[in-house]
Formats: sequence, C-alpha cells, structure tokens
Amino acid sequence: MKSLAELEAIRNKVVSNVTMRKDDHAVRVVVGMATCGIAAGARPVMSAFVEEIAKRNLEHVSVVQTGCIGVCRLEPIVEILVPGEEKVTYVKMTPEKARQVVAEHLVNGRPIKEYTIGEADK
Amino acid sequence: MKEISLHILDIMQNSVAANASLIGLEVIEDEEKDILSFTVTDNGKGMSEELIKKVIDPFTTGRTTRKVGLGIPLTKLAAEMTGGYIKIESRLGEGTVFYAVFGYSHIDRQPLGDMAQTMHQIITSFEDVDFTYRHVVNGREFSLDTREIKKILGGVSLKENDVSLWIYEYLKDGEKEISDNKK
Repeated sequence: MKSLAELEAIRNKVVSNVTMRKDDHAVRVVVGMATCGIAAGARPVMSAFVEEIAKRNLEHVSVVQTGCIGVCRLEPIVEILVPGEEKVTYVKMTPEKARQVVAEHLVNGRPIKEYTIGEADK
Repeated sequence: MKEISLHILDIMQNSVAANASLIGLEVIEDEEKDILSFTVTDNGKGMSEELIKKVIDPFTTGRTTRKVGLGIPLTKLAAEMTGGYIKIESRLGEGTVFYAVFGYSHIDRQPLGDMAQTMHQIITSFEDVDFTYRHVVNGREFSLDTREIKKILGGVSLKENDVSLWIYEYLKDGEKEISDNKK
C-alpha cells in the first residue's frame, strides 16, 4: 500500500523544484466531460493524457475538463491550445490516440492531422 | 454509459456545477444483501421540490446551450433495470443527496467499473472542491479525504505531475485491496 508519508516526500521534492520553472502550464489540453463525453469514453481518454503527460514530466502542459463542446456525435473530443498557434480539435479519441497525441503533438510539435475534426467526415 | 462509475462521475459533476465545496461519495457493495448502492452528498445550492421532480425528465437540464439533459434519466434507467431505484433529497441553499441502488446479481447490472480513475479525475479536475470517498466491499473498506491530502501538500497543487500520479496509484492500490474481498 502507498502511504501518506510518501506523499509528504513528493511534496517536498515538488516545492524544491518549483522555483526553477518558467511559463508554467502554458499549453492546455481540454477534454469534453459532459454526459455525452463521459458516455462516449472521455474518462479513460483524459486519464491517458494525465498519465502520459505526468510520466514524461511535461510541466508546461495542463489537462483540464470542459462541458459539452457541441458535437456530441464526435465525442470524445479534445482541444489542444498552444500559445501563438491555432487551436487543434481532435475527435473520436481513444486512450491509444491520446498517448500518440502526447508524443507527436505535445512533445514533437506535430499535430496528428488524421485525428482532427477536419478529417472526421472524410 | 457502460459502467456505474461513469454514472457516478456524471452525478458528481452535477454537484460541482451546483457550487458545492464538499462532495461525499459512498459506494457499498454487499453480496449478502445482493445490493450495490452509491450515495453522492453535496453542500451545493440544492434544488426546489419542483425541480427535483423535473430532473428525472430528460427534457430538464441545467445547461444553457440546449434543452435536454440525460445524466439523471440514464442513471435512473440503469438502476431500475436491475430492480433498483434512485432517490433524490434536496433543500435549497443546503445541498443535495443522490442515492442509487442496483440489484447486485441482476444480469442487467452494469459493472461498477474503474473507481480509481473516476475519483482521480474528479479530485484533480476540481481542486477548489473537497471530496470524501468511501468504498465498502462486503465489509472491507477503503476511504480517502482530500482535506487530509491537501493538508499534507500545504498548497502544492494536486495537478503536479508527481502528486497526481501518486494519488492515482494510491486509489488503484486501495481499490485492489478491497476488491479482493469479493466472493
């Protein structure tokens, strides 16, 4: 079992690192988590983003949730907002696609066009 | 919705939307009594008696972008399919208690699903809200109180990568420990 004592050690580590950071959480990953999103599988998608981003220690990225984006038939929907760039909207996401998006888009800076909303109905 | 834990996530989002500062979740699995139940208790803005009657209707919603809301009707249907029911008690300005019970061994009962993922997600998404969680499987219990965790963290965010991962692992360990107690 994990213990609360471990958490305290993690806290101390985080506090000592926190002063070294710049432009904190500049990139946002927004997951639609209304009833439509949840029913379509948004929860495991959001968890995949959170886990993958934490494991790669991408400290400039934050994962947040939002309500219904308005195109329920394309859920789970994820928007990626990078300052100074155009918003990218991914549709019909899965945990596997989420991990690919972290690697390709967030780490390498190359959006995966085939998963975006523009390609959805082609 | 394929899992009861997804209904729970959806119901807890309602509590967040009702501006609750403290949300309690209790999940009970009791194979002897043949029930699976969950209770979401919040101190949000509450509902009038009139609204309580209306929320089980799909054509009522708190959202402003359209006029249908399916969260509570879906949960009601899932519970009733197994011989169970839902109950909502609420007072304006005081909060709401949402209770759902399912027939444990009923063939149509959805699996509980991933409670660790559900709790991790809601806890880390809404840091300004405190959560208490209690899951009991045939008498064996796992519980978590975010007030306790936030006290240890002393202002460090739950979204910090290492902290977030630790909370997820802690929940997964706890869930595994009690699920071993199933018959």
